[in-house]
Amino acid sequence: MAAQYKTIVKDGLWENNGVFAMLLGLCPAMAMTGTATNALGMGLATAAVMAASSMLVGLFRSYITQEVRIPVFILVVASMVTLVDLFMNAWLHELYKVLGMFIPLIVSNCLPLARLEAFAGKNSALPSLADGLFMGLGFTFALTLIGAVREIVGSGTLFADASLLFGPAFKFMEMRLLPEDTGILMMILPPGGFLTLGLLVVGKRMLDVRAGKAIQMGGAHSAA
Amino acid sequence: MKKQRTLSHGLILGAFCLGFGVVLAYSDHITVDDIATRAMEDRLNSLAQVIPSGIHDNNLVEDAISMKNERDMEITVYRATKEGKVTGLAYEIFGVGYAGKMKLMLGIDAQGKILGVRVLAHKETPGLGDKMEVKKGDWILRFDGLSLENTPLEKWKVKKDGGQFDQFTGATITPRGIINAIRSGLQLFEANKAKMTDMNAPKAEMKKEGH
Repeated sequence: MAAQYKTIVKDGLWENNGVFAMLLGLCPAMAMTGTATNALGMGLATAAVMAASSMLVGLFRSYITQEVRIPVFILVVASMVTLVDLFMNAWLHELYKVLGMFIPLIVSNCLPLARLEAFAGKNSALPSLADGLFMGLGFTFALTLIGAVREIVGSGTLFADASLLFGPAFKFMEMRLLPEDTGILMMILPPGGFLTLGLLVVGKRMLDVRAGKAIQMGGAHSAA
Repeated sequence: MKKQRTLSHGLILGAFCLGFGVVLAYSDHITVDDIATRAMEDRLNSLAQVIPSGIHDNNLVEDAISMKNERDMEITVYRATKEGKVTGLAYEIFGVGYAGKMKLMLGIDAQGKILGVRVLAHKETPGLGDKMEVKKGDWILRFDGLSLENTPLEKWKVKKDGGQFDQFTGATITPRGIINAIRSGLQLFEANKAKMTDMNAPKAEMKKEGH
């Protein structure tokens, strides 16, 4: 049992990482990573939706027949996104003002759907919850890393405006690493996203090769 | 046999839809009032940045009117009054920046002098064109106190174009768009002064969402 959870954690965070290994969810991974702060916020919101929808599908999996599973999965993800959107708007309004426009985008992210299909549909509620959570955290890690690289090279800061997103207590995260106006603008524009992702995918594979592991092939099929 | 299975799939899908529909309807029911309150707070907060609270004793949103601006777009004019007299106005103005339309809120007093300008929405390049946001710089504060009277029309330009306002490093198009927006906003007031300060005009219908 414990070994199963260990695999889930390792798969989600590194081995089978949603972005770096499966290359899923690239739309938010490109669009929301101009700064590490935005990337972190988007990642955490996605992780919450993934954990909740994986658990629900794991719970109801014996009632979901093969033929209707895709529409049910989409229904579950869309409902969870709507709930997060409503609750955050009503009760975490400061956070919502910054993250609000990203939340509906989670529906269009194929990573939650891929995990429901590959894992939660075949496992019970608790392992599914763990899988959704750690896949989501792996997604958060990937986005934050891309965002950090782009932000450092592009604007010379790290976690700028983190206090606006998470509250004044997080002021300590805001750093300026390079002097003002020295950043390479292209890195915070769309090409920088593709460039950074490509280099980081290469980096992950090089680390895996050095560790003597077989390279994880990209694509949704390896998730199954 | 086959027909029966199709029916059961339909029933399963229908049951899930019904279940989640109920959950969503209930969630909407318990959040709708809070969300409306937050939206009103947001609107009053953004208005408070361009209309100081000391100059009015009314609710700006309740005394708003709607009218057409110079480009024939419907805008809402929020009005500040003290003891029944108009002391200030706030309305949305629009400028074209480097990456499309920018939306700003302009606050002026009854003589047409700027009380404050704030950017509400824009798509300018982060780190380059977004220095007009008040949390990222004080550039936008330089307009406070200016009017068409104390600043002649031909001076409402960036320095590069022969006007009196600094562009910011690496960006000229964004400040140019903002200055144009403010100038036409002030001209709108000049042309429609009587209508905009008429307190007997019919009040605007307030929608729940502020857009």
